[in-house]
Amino acid sequence: MTDLATFRAETRAWLEENCPPPMRTWMPEDEQVAGGKKAVWKRPEQKIWLDRMAAKGWTAPTWPKKYGGGGLSNDEALILEEEMQDLGCRAPLRGMGLSMLGPVLLEYGTEEQRQTHLPPIIKGEIRWCQGYSEPEAGSDLASLRTRAVLQGEHFLVNGHKIWTSNAHHSDWIFCLVRTDPTVKKHDGISFLLIDMSDPGVRPRPIRLISGASVFCETFIENVRVPAGNLVGELNKGWTIAKRLLEHERKGIGGIGARQAAKFETPVEQRAKQYVGEVDGRIADASLREKIAAYNIDAQAFQLTRRRAAEEAEAGQPPGPLSAMFKYYATELNKRRYETILDVEGFQGLGWEGDGFNDDEIRLTREWLRAKANTIEGGTSEVQLNIIAKRVLGLPD
Amino acid sequence: MAMILTEEARMVRDSALGFFRERSPITELRKLRDSNDPVGFSRALWAQMAELGWTGFLVPEEYGGSAFGIAGLAQVMEAAGRTLTASPLLSTALLGACLVSTAGSEAQKSDILPALVTGERILALALEEGTRHAPHSIALKAQKDGAGYRLSGRKTFVLDGHIADTLIVAANTGGGTTLFLVPSTASGVARTRLSMVDSRNAANIAFDNVAVGADAVLGPVEGGAAILDTALDYARAGLAAEMLGSANEAFDRTVQYLKDRKQFGVAIGSFQALKHRAAQMFCEVEVTRSAVMAATAALDQGGNDAAALVSLAKAKANQTFFLCGNEGVQMHGGIGMTDEHEIGFFTKRARVAIATFGDTVFHQDRFAHSMGY
Repeated sequence: MTDLATFRAETRAWLEENCPPPMRTWMPEDEQVAGGKKAVWKRPEQKIWLDRMAAKGWTAPTWPKKYGGGGLSNDEALILEEEMQDLGCRAPLRGMGLSMLGPVLLEYGTEEQRQTHLPPIIKGEIRWCQGYSEPEAGSDLASLRTRAVLQGEHFLVNGHKIWTSNAHHSDWIFCLVRTDPTVKKHDGISFLLIDMSDPGVRPRPIRLISGASVFCETFIENVRVPAGNLVGELNKGWTIAKRLLEHERKGIGGIGARQAAKFETPVEQRAKQYVGEVDGRIADASLREKIAAYNIDAQAFQLTRRRAAEEAEAGQPPGPLSAMFKYYATELNKRRYETILDVEGFQGLGWEGDGFNDDEIRLTREWLRAKANTIEGGTSEVQLNIIAKRVLGLPD
Repeated sequence: MAMILTEEARMVRDSALGFFRERSPITELRKLRDSNDPVGFSRALWAQMAELGWTGFLVPEEYGGSAFGIAGLAQVMEAAGRTLTASPLLSTALLGACLVSTAGSEAQKSDILPALVTGERILALALEEGTRHAPHSIALKAQKDGAGYRLSGRKTFVLDGHIADTLIVAANTGGGTTLFLVPSTASGVARTRLSMVDSRNAANIAFDNVAVGADAVLGPVEGGAAILDTALDYARAGLAAEMLGSANEAFDRTVQYLKDRKQFGVAIGSFQALKHRAAQMFCEVEVTRSAVMAATAALDQGGNDAAALVSLAKAKANQTFFLCGNEGVQMHGGIGMTDEHEIGFFTKRARVAIATFGDTVFHQDRFAHSMGY
């Protein structure tokens, strides 16, 4: 056997041995594990599964071993992902520490910052949130005004962040702050790590159209942050900010290909349940056509992701394809939920209580949640601007 | 690794792109149109294409071909689509070669294939009868007459039908569809050339009691439907590749125009209303490319998901070519409405290519059917 084939066999055996059966079921949104000091465990197996994976470093498969990561090559990481998908294993840990901050610290952090922050991320001990947007700085992120003034060994930070996902469940926040208000807006921003145990950091949940409160606004008032928590150089934070957004978009762009794919009922199957079938086909021809149109686009997009992966594997330089992933995936995800609601008819309109089953209520809430996909991490319009500028070379 | 081109396919693509750009830019199609050329394509160009081996990509080696496959031929089709080249690639190198190679008797293959590969023999599939693609509703009758048959009925939208040497006719033999090889000069065959909006070749053909021998049957009697299904999938995938090339070219030309054209003192490509639509076109061209690559690879590998992937690819090619053709004209503004400018040729071609071998609704429905809903 080749090394990779051996790795696949061993990985498979280990997963079968170590992934508790309840962690091989479809994972509802509210059973995602993000860790941290305020973590709530809905089932004991969540913690067991996290600890076992973290011990192997497989919560962060490609990160270096010296920080507690898995030290896997990209090929090995892909095999791990494929085997987990095949067995229906849940992601043991998710969160912004893994998907966004970690990669940025590996690229821009000091050795001390990596030693301090990466191991607790990998073990799920510290949960991170993102302090980017502000009430007056949305798509125009670089106009942010949260002030950080260097006073000897500390920054004094004051400001107001918004859309800080899960800030009320988090332990630390990585923030973009203004450290020089006198220069061009992109040139006076720094990237700062802030401990949220400081009483001056106050997250307040925001109730959304879905009824959930995954986003917060976070007030930062006279918080003293050690100067050593600055990532990269002073006033050079915009480069890091953009880099991190690339990681964020990659995460959001992957929405359609999640573990859910193995367990989620296909739209066409739902349609047969809700509108009936004739000769094995969805009884309503126009609904059938709509579903086929959606599935065709979704599959063409999956094929495009595969093409990009094969190009990368073959050592071709990263092409322009990745620029479209966030835009296309999130628009598709919204369309998927709209199609599901079309299928469900009256049954897709329930908010809570009798008359609707749990699945119907969940889908209604997810339909509303999905609306954020094309706003968070750069709106669809911003993504189209990026494609127009970077890929097509259209002028500003 | 179905989604990246092999070294050989890349070489074919590069040489085809160079060939069509140099030998048959859109000015050549315009000349054929304006001179009302009786053939409707350049025989000299076709001979050169045959010399390059492209006519033999779907023909086995023993009949002079290379059996290189549809993914390779798709590279040629895509390049031809870039310059809207009129040629019998689809009718002959693709459909004709595919039908005769897969269903022909030894005698039929020896008679037709070597001449097809050298470019001397043009074939045309006489399939459609109604106002849209309907491969399974054939009314043209073939009645047993002694050892042979007599064919009566009408065919429409026969690609290259007015110029083909041999017609492959789908006929109703009572219990199913049977395919016949009919010389276009046979007594009782009346061909009417159609003048199409895309300046490409099609004909209506009437069959009035046309007598053929038993040796004219291509494949099993009443076994035509299955043969057609496979061959049509090759044709749809190849046409989707051609459409991808045309859509990509219309898109590239439009983006260039957005950079060149100035209004209000700036390039119109700086306007967000146009930028966003251009970026959306980019996305659609790229997902269509992935779909076409997956479909041609599945056909070459004989995958059982090939039919679904072909319908996926043709549906996407239809939508994307439609989009890029229409947006091309709109974004070019007034100049895009003129015959002098070339962008309008794309939107005209799009309409014809979309209708050929299945429009979007046809392929959405076929996709759904093959996925079990």
